Amino acid sequence: MTLQELAKGLDVEVLTGDAKLEREIAGGYVSDLLSDVIGNAKEGFVWITFQVHMNIVAAASLKGLAGIILVNGRRPPQDTLQKASEENVIIMTTPLPAFEVVGRLYELGLRCR
Amino acid sequence: MTNPSEGTFFLNGKDFANAGNASGSLKKVLEEMGVPPPLIRRASIAAFEAEMNTIIYAVAGIMHYYVTPGTIRVVLQDMGPGIADIDLAMTEGYSTAPDYIRDMGFGSGMGLPNIKKNADSLAINSVVGEGTTLEFVINLDKTA
Amino acid sequence: MTLDEIKDILDAETLSAHCDGNTPVERAYCADLMSDVLCFSFTNSLLITHLTNAQVIRTADVANIKAIVFCQGKKPPRETVVLAEGKKIPMLVTGYSMFDSCGKLYEKGLRGKSESDT
Repeated sequence: MTLQELAKGLDVEVLTGDAKLEREIAGGYVSDLLSDVIGNAKEGFVWITFQVHMNIVAAASLKGLAGIILVNGRRPPQDTLQKASEENVIIMTTPLPAFEVVGRLYELGLRCR
Repeated sequence: MTNPSEGTFFLNGKDFANAGNASGSLKKVLEEMGVPPPLIRRASIAAFEAEMNTIIYAVAGIMHYYVTPGTIRVVLQDMGPGIADIDLAMTEGYSTAPDYIRDMGFGSGMGLPNIKKNADSLAINSVVGEGTTLEFVINLDKTA
Repeated sequence: MTLDEIKDILDAETLSAHCDGNTPVERAYCADLMSDVLCFSFTNSLLITHLTNAQVIRTADVANIKAIVFCQGKKPPRETVVLAEGKKIPMLVTGYSMFDSCGKLYEKGLRGKSESDT
């Protein structure tokens, strides 16, 4: 599944990095703890979170994540968006809560392993 | 509802082992007084967020509550760093918390907006270098 | 969905001495940021989280969370267990990641949002 295909089913709005939407997603990770994501998320995973702190961009970049999906309609502050644009990290936002997002991605075949 | 009630809790900065105790006790008081559950939820959520702010940022503080037949009023007074720009602090997602606080599940920049969302009125007075007084009111006379 | 069903789906272990397996949960919510739980979760939800500190229990208490699942094999420290028992909030621990825990529960019909939610 690519980010593009994922975006269709989830009512997401792409906030940064829409040039990289063709990327294939290797799995999914849901967490709001940066240390956990840095420790456990794998390359090519899409990351679902409520966290909008600027450091999410560094974590996604460091781990080579496919993109970040923010939940509950959350919008990151300007410094996060700025950094994401600079580092070419995809950030999307959806009005759905994380449980719903994960459930739907799981039904589409995405796993965390 | 029974007679008016008031009380005070003392809060110690960085005392994460007991953080949330005051709001939990307030919740119990409101339950015992027979306040409707949706209003208890709003009052305890607002009190919890305010209490966590005091624990995270201040050296010490007190939480005082007054419950009358018409209102729940909660006042938090702290000896803390103060808030330089209250409008900015009210912005969803804005936070000055360090990373270790975020890894404990706090500092998401939702505390003050969440208090505002749950309270019928909110007032914040703050002096940088001295402290912050936060007061919120939840009306009891009409249903949530 | 009942706690017993959740326990089976997640191969979970019960951490509470007094946990009624027939307790029903209406919805599920997954989060590690407590303000998120306080702001957006619904009463009587199941909370799935990575965090095991005492604030999770206090948050669950004020937000009227029905039960908690600690994912990724994270066992709470003793003070968390004691606090939860005092507040009668049942706890489960599963070895699955948060992603797979949510996915498995969703697959069996648990939802984060219902038609009546705004």
